[in-house]
Amino acid sequence: MLIINNLKASIGGKNILKGISLEVKPGEIHAIMGPNGSGKSTLAAVLAGRELVEVTEGTVTYFGKNLLEMTAEDRAKEGIFLGFQYPIEIPGVSMVNFMKTAVNENRKHKGLDPLSASDFLKMMREKKELVEIDSKLANRSVNEGFSGGEKKKNEIFQMAMLEPKLAILDETDSGLDIDALRIVANGVNKLKLPDNSFIVITHYQRLLDYIIPDVVHVLYDGRIVKTAGKELALELEEKGYDWIKKEVENNIIA
Amino acid sequence: MNGKSEVTERYIELYKENIDKISGVSSHYINSFREAAFEKFRELGIPTKKNEAYKYTNLNIFFDHDYKSYFMPVTSDFVKAEEFRCDVADLDTHGIVLLNGFYPTINEKLRQLPSGVWIGSLNEAAVRFADKIEKHYGKYAKTETDGLIHLNTAMASDGVFIYVPEGVTLTKPVQIVNLVQSDEDMFNQHRNLIIVEKNAEFSLIICDHTLSPKKFLTNAVTEVFVGENAHFDIIRVQNEHNNACKITHTFIHQEKNSVASSNNMTLHGGLIRNSTYHYLGGEGAESYSYGLFLADKWQHIDNFVNVDHASPHCTSNQLFKGVLDDMSTGAFNGRILVRPDAQGTLAYQKNNNILLTDDAKMDTKPQLEIYADDVKCSHGATVGQLDDDALFYLQSRGINKREARLMLMFGFAHEVIQNIKIEALRERMDNLVMQRLKGELSRCASCMVKCG
Amino acid sequence: MEKDQDKILSDVTSGEYKYGFYSDIEMDRIPKGLSEDVVRIISGKKNEPEWLLDFRLKAYRHWLIMKMPTWPNLKIPPINYQEIIFYAAPKLRKNLNSIDDIDPELKKTFDKLGIPLDEQKHLAGVAVDAVIDSVSVKTTFKETLAEMGIIFCSFSDAVKEYPDLVKRYMGSVVPYTDNFFATLNSAVFSDGSFCYIPKGVRCPMELSTYFRINSANTGQFERTLLIADEESYVSYLEGCTAPSRDENQLHAAIVEIVAEKNAEVKYSTVQNWYPGNKEGKGGVFNFVTKRGICKGENSKISWTQIETGSAITWKYPSCILRGDNSTGEFYSVAVTNNYQQADTGTKMIHIGKNTKSTIVSKGISAGKGQNSYRGLVKVLKNATNARNFSQCDSLLLGDKCGAHTFPYIEVDNQTAIVEHEATTSKIGEDQIFYCNQRGISTDDAIGLIVNGYAREVINKLPMEFAVEAQKLLQISLEGSVG
Ligand SMILES: Nc1ncnc2c1ncn2[C@@H]1O[C@H](COP(=O)(O)OP(=O)(O)OP(=O)(O)O)[C@@H](O)[C@H]1O
Ligand SMILES: [Mg+2]
Repeated sequence: MLIINNLKASIGGKNILKGISLEVKPGEIHAIMGPNGSGKSTLAAVLAGRELVEVTEGTVTYFGKNLLEMTAEDRAKEGIFLGFQYPIEIPGVSMVNFMKTAVNENRKHKGLDPLSASDFLKMMREKKELVEIDSKLANRSVNEGFSGGEKKKNEIFQMAMLEPKLAILDETDSGLDIDALRIVANGVNKLKLPDNSFIVITHYQRLLDYIIPDVVHVLYDGRIVKTAGKELALELEEKGYDWIKKEVENNIIA
Repeated sequence: MNGKSEVTERYIELYKENIDKISGVSSHYINSFREAAFEKFRELGIPTKKNEAYKYTNLNIFFDHDYKSYFMPVTSDFVKAEEFRCDVADLDTHGIVLLNGFYPTINEKLRQLPSGVWIGSLNEAAVRFADKIEKHYGKYAKTETDGLIHLNTAMASDGVFIYVPEGVTLTKPVQIVNLVQSDEDMFNQHRNLIIVEKNAEFSLIICDHTLSPKKFLTNAVTEVFVGENAHFDIIRVQNEHNNACKITHTFIHQEKNSVASSNNMTLHGGLIRNSTYHYLGGEGAESYSYGLFLADKWQHIDNFVNVDHASPHCTSNQLFKGVLDDMSTGAFNGRILVRPDAQGTLAYQKNNNILLTDDAKMDTKPQLEIYADDVKCSHGATVGQLDDDALFYLQSRGINKREARLMLMFGFAHEVIQNIKIEALRERMDNLVMQRLKGELSRCASCMVKCG
Repeated sequence: MEKDQDKILSDVTSGEYKYGFYSDIEMDRIPKGLSEDVVRIISGKKNEPEWLLDFRLKAYRHWLIMKMPTWPNLKIPPINYQEIIFYAAPKLRKNLNSIDDIDPELKKTFDKLGIPLDEQKHLAGVAVDAVIDSVSVKTTFKETLAEMGIIFCSFSDAVKEYPDLVKRYMGSVVPYTDNFFATLNSAVFSDGSFCYIPKGVRCPMELSTYFRINSANTGQFERTLLIADEESYVSYLEGCTAPSRDENQLHAAIVEIVAEKNAEVKYSTVQNWYPGNKEGKGGVFNFVTKRGICKGENSKISWTQIETGSAITWKYPSCILRGDNSTGEFYSVAVTNNYQQADTGTKMIHIGKNTKSTIVSKGISAGKGQNSYRGLVKVLKNATNARNFSQCDSLLLGDKCGAHTFPYIEVDNQTAIVEHEATTSKIGEDQIFYCNQRGISTDDAIGLIVNGYAREVINKLPMEFAVEAQKLLQISLEGSVG
């Protein structure tokens, strides 16, 4: 469903992604790991259509279409969901209004009628239960005054509402307590349909205990330097990134 | 500050020509203020940009004009006033109409509500309740720099009087509808006096409307006394046409442990200047001052706030926001003054503005003046655009850019609106603001004037 | 703890001014008072060319019709300009070729101030221009700098040796009509420093001017002109002290900075003029106009000031951001103790595209001191993508002092982002308690907290001076504590 080919991108003239190639097939779960600052969030931002990041080379195809030509909202309507590493606070905009607008825009795109207020609220209620999110949160402004963990749960809640085909979760596990981690993971698993795919960006093996990846990639200095099965995550947890960095340096010298 | 400008002369003449007529219909006590106020006005004049408090507002475009001045209502006015109906659904209020600054009801110039509250004409109250008037009238509207307040004291003869006795809670708000209507360009001034006694609770809504497409200039002063432990809210909704200038000065005097809020919602108007003064005159008092304006075309909206912490352990909070479209201009002038013995003060002030076009302009001047040390004060001011990160967040959920921008602007405005405690009005404001932001409404729905 | 704090605050008020001594130097003074003749005498003493005398006279005549500004939040006693001596200079020996030619008393004075005029003895990386009362007495490292084409000399020498440069730039940033005190300075300025950094040169050492008022009843009116040509860099520092006297002394200076394309100028001030005694008697009136223009693209001017002295301070080091992508910065710590008053801040005028400015102001008030921040951020219509961030904090030590913030923000371009934040609070009792709990005395705790509070600004100073500034803060605030 998603084919990334030799993608290079920069922010404010600084090269950050230096040639990334990756293919995600329907139903696959990919994990992306890598040291801080290696470019994971930047990759996620490019896929979601953040204009701040400038694509300088390469292509991204999504269901046969040129993804890079699409606006952020069209990508969302085509089923791409980004769970933000740092969800934005939007004072004054209520969660209900925000989600209602988003859900109905998505429905319109699929040629469906907007949900009635009661159907919508019903849907909210169901999904809230699914991710065990505190009802009160939904009555507040978007992310405003949410704790770190609440913001992350709120991302999963929105994912549940929008039912994406490809969800990119950027460190959705960080800042969560143990119960919340399980809830988030269960949420993801419940939402996992045979044809839906996930790109899970994480630093920790523990999320991958719940969400078992088909492939694990290591992103280092803007490149994918290693790709392997789920055992790679365990190895990284144990040994850190130094050995990979060394391998990369040796390769460059060699 | 040099009052001897030609514009000032115009109003000096106006006073001289009409003072006998004005004094003839007013009470002795109110008249006793006129001469001193006139002298003070003569000295200070119509404020110019040299006056720090009016640095960003050019009043001359409205003051330097030949208006017919209005000193007494005529019979046809009473009919018009009766006909006007507020269109805010579900808003249950005790309504009063002021027409061109006068209380135009023939029979019942003052009425008493079952709760013991008196509402009606100030001119009438000056006779009926001399003791109350003498205790409060002219006691709070004090200024050494603003000539307009003195001009009002020198010449205004009517307005609204409200008296809420000790311990009374008025569950329904009082709504004053200020109508301006005339077949000629008109200048009018009125004066309101609100007395909220100890332990009383009361909210006031003031709606400003223009009903005919002439050039109008209004200079209104409102004095409010909020007694010990009393609660008072004033919400002003302004919806006038582009050829109208509205200048309001609201003085809220607060006693010990009282809570008062003011909220200026400016939806439309040519030149609007709202000055709000909160005087925290007793320990433990709290004041909240809010303002929101949406400006477009050539409109100019100026909010001036002065919060005076004259007693210890008081709290104040200011939140003012502006959205500026087309070539509109805006100004914010907010001051927190903490006097030497006002220890334990908490005072906050925030002013945020969004410029939507290249031609819009915003000037802001938040100020802290602090003479006590045990205080926590802060202010913040921003002028900018919608937040890019927030915009992307919304778009990444499939919301298109136009809609996303609208949501953010609405959210921006809603932060002010949400402080309105009267639900029906709050919803109505949300609604009006949304329509206004969508460009579906360029004037108040109830406005009969096709001014465009 | 309340008691402790009271004691410390009273100690604060007893902090002694260390530079209050007076040196008996042989002086050349003109009679007191101001008139057109006095302007001519000053110009004559300095053998000035006709054009400069004209400039002075024009300024003087303009000054006569001006009034002293009343808008600052200051109580300024009336100043009698006829009681001030407008020119006083140490009598110099004829040929000033080596350090030995300087009046030994003068040399001792600067040694005592910690500013040795002897190059061997001085901090290696700093060139000094020493100005006493009205004239520059010695500029060190002049020759070393000259090898790189850098001109660093007294203003008077510059008038003689580089008249074209002076003529071209003097008054181009601060015109003689600018304001009451700048106009006065333009009429009677005595000396000051001149600096020119040629194209592509990075000045290898800190340049500094040291100002000292010595004589009684003497006004100090110096002028500094600093030109950074394309692609150049310079870091400049000024320091000031004065003897303790019962009368007020007037200091009305002008600093003009021009930064051409890609040039960068850092201008730092450690102002420690005599603040008056603890009853508020005496002290320097410090009324200064400082302004820089970022003329070329990508140029940058950065002002850093530590203001601890003066009875009254009135100054607004400003940046005119004319070149596209240019940057202006203002970092300030201002302390007012006893009866000191300060009304200080900056102006950032955004004219070019993509211009950026940063304002960090930290006010500290103690005793009966009154401290105001006054600033203007103005974004003009064509200044697309202008950015400003301002942070103005005030710290109150004691219940008789005041802290005030008067920002003016004027935005005429929708792409601008201007943010202003300010806070005012008392020194944190919980912070002091936290320190106490770790065994730190309350006085040390206040020292630590104040320094931490000012750190962001102090860090902007060149290393050697940061240490000085830190000490100065403690001395001026903590009295015996420091
Ligand atoms: N807006 C920006 N402006 C400039 N540089 C940026 C910006 N955003 C990211 N960068 C830089 O790009 C690089 C990659 O950042 P990115 O956020 O993609 O890293 P990451 O792999 O997600 O790191 P982490 O694990 O810490 O989340 C970093 O060096 C970062 O500093
Ligand atoms: Mg990241």
